[in-house]
Amino acid sequence: MSVVMRGRGIVAGVVEAEALVTGDGISGWGGIDSSNGTIVERRHELVGECFTGKVLVFPTAKGSSGWSGHFQATRLMGTAPAAMVISVMTTKAALGAIVTRVPTVIAAEPDPVATIRTGDIVRVDGGAGTVEIVSRATTPTGSR
Amino acid sequence: MFLTDEEKSMHAGDEGEAVAAAMDLLIRYGDALGAERLCETRNVAGTMTQPSPAKARLFAEGGWAKSYAVINLDCDDDIEIPRMKVPTCQLQHGFGEEVSGLSPYPSRNIELQSDAESFFSDRGVNVLATCTPYQVGNLPVRGEHCAWMESSAVVYCNSLLGARTNCEGAASTGAASLTGKIPYWGNHVPENRYATRLVQADVRIDSMQEWGMFGYFVGEAVQEERPAVTGRLGQPILDELKHFGAATATSGGVEIYHIPGITPEAPTLEAAFGGHRIPEAIEYGPAERRAVYEALNSQGTSEDVDFILLGCPHASLTQLADIARLLEGRRLHDGTELWVMTPRALRSVADRNGYTAVIEAAGGHVLTDSCPAMSRTAPAGARVFATDSAKQAHYLPAILGIEAWFGTLDECIQAALTGRWRAELAAA
Repeated sequence: MSVVMRGRGIVAGVVEAEALVTGDGISGWGGIDSSNGTIVERRHELVGECFTGKVLVFPTAKGSSGWSGHFQATRLMGTAPAAMVISVMTTKAALGAIVTRVPTVIAAEPDPVATIRTGDIVRVDGGAGTVEIVSRATTPTGSR
Repeated sequence: MFLTDEEKSMHAGDEGEAVAAAMDLLIRYGDALGAERLCETRNVAGTMTQPSPAKARLFAEGGWAKSYAVINLDCDDDIEIPRMKVPTCQLQHGFGEEVSGLSPYPSRNIELQSDAESFFSDRGVNVLATCTPYQVGNLPVRGEHCAWMESSAVVYCNSLLGARTNCEGAASTGAASLTGKIPYWGNHVPENRYATRLVQADVRIDSMQEWGMFGYFVGEAVQEERPAVTGRLGQPILDELKHFGAATATSGGVEIYHIPGITPEAPTLEAAFGGHRIPEAIEYGPAERRAVYEALNSQGTSEDVDFILLGCPHASLTQLADIARLLEGRRLHDGTELWVMTPRALRSVADRNGYTAVIEAAGGHVLTDSCPAMSRTAPAGARVFATDSAKQAHYLPAILGIEAWFGTLDECIQAALTGRWRAELAAA
């Protein structure tokens, strides 16, 4: 039976893709490289990992107010995630999702960071505000 | 979200396409947040002039109007950009001409930014070009609704001045400039401004370094929450709280804090919590202080320092005077560069007072408008840098791939003079 998480849909659209999950908040400015869609913050558990085309699942949009601008740049440079699932609602998360223009669900329950594992195939419906695990990763990959 | 007739009229295009696009973005943003309505603002601090690869491409496609439409309004239509409706300033952006010859920063970026400055100045944007607008003429009044970017300025605005702003972005400030509106949500709402966490310093907090480290601890401890801080705190000055706030917004996402008896919305500890129950204190003692110092110094291995960076957030006149005093009659180590970042308005006072001449005679540079992290540049070949800023020590290694040391101003100046990093944490 599939697991469904329900939260606030921010940007409409439906995406089904592989999840990249982290328990660490993500910085935009100084945290990602928009030219290649990777995490660059040295103390981040996903440092060096690419999120392009994946469902990026993380607790908070942290750090500088450049957050939305840097995720917008991933859209303009063709390196954006396919969808975002963010645990905590902030101005950075909401505005970042809007200008990245990818399906996004914020503040879903049960907590997606604890529920989804990297490599799972998930379906994000940004209109309905739902996140569904379609299939579990067969072997654990990545950091979680 | 509730809209007034005026806001509906803006959305319908009665004030032109750009204002309609701005209102559309504000509605999408406000709805996403769950805001009940918009509020009026007459103080916007945003960014539109800083070059980036994406912006250069949009500029080539359709000029600065295209860049503003896409990046500052999230709108793909070809629209004219009118004069800003409410007072708006440009925050820090890229380096200008003065960095030529000091770093490999692309001259194309300098040209693009200069061109953008002309375009946006014509539309009423004040080019303050600093992360510290509150140091150079943009000092909001208590209770005033603002739409500011720059996390270190946002936390200063809310906490020290008692004005109200969320941590906005390029698009929401772009839309606020053209409408004079921003979602009434988060820090704009009085009940969301009370403290939710208590942090107590059991060690003396009485210097730039101590305030910076304490801020880094507080941010890490409370993340997105709202701390009240108490304990063995000295009477802070602007510079110390500039560093404290910047650090809380670096290791965490603090947008407002209270210091009972110091900050305007917290005459007492009880008032900081709005009469709600005061939670148990998170303790900051010698062990925690040592751990912060080690975390900030975990990104350095070589003690051969070739770059010293001061003025993050942009240096005050007091800091410039201190730096000049320490460098008077001295000469930097051959092969070690020193950059001091400050707003251009303060640089002109530093020129007048002779601080710039002293720093330059020693071989250092006083630079404006930007910083190595914003412009992603440093002196050519820099591998190991030292700073007195927790924020810059945190970010620059990730942005430039160089090693970092964090210490006091004196230790940074010694490193500039000797090329060697010799520092230790003073006894608590």
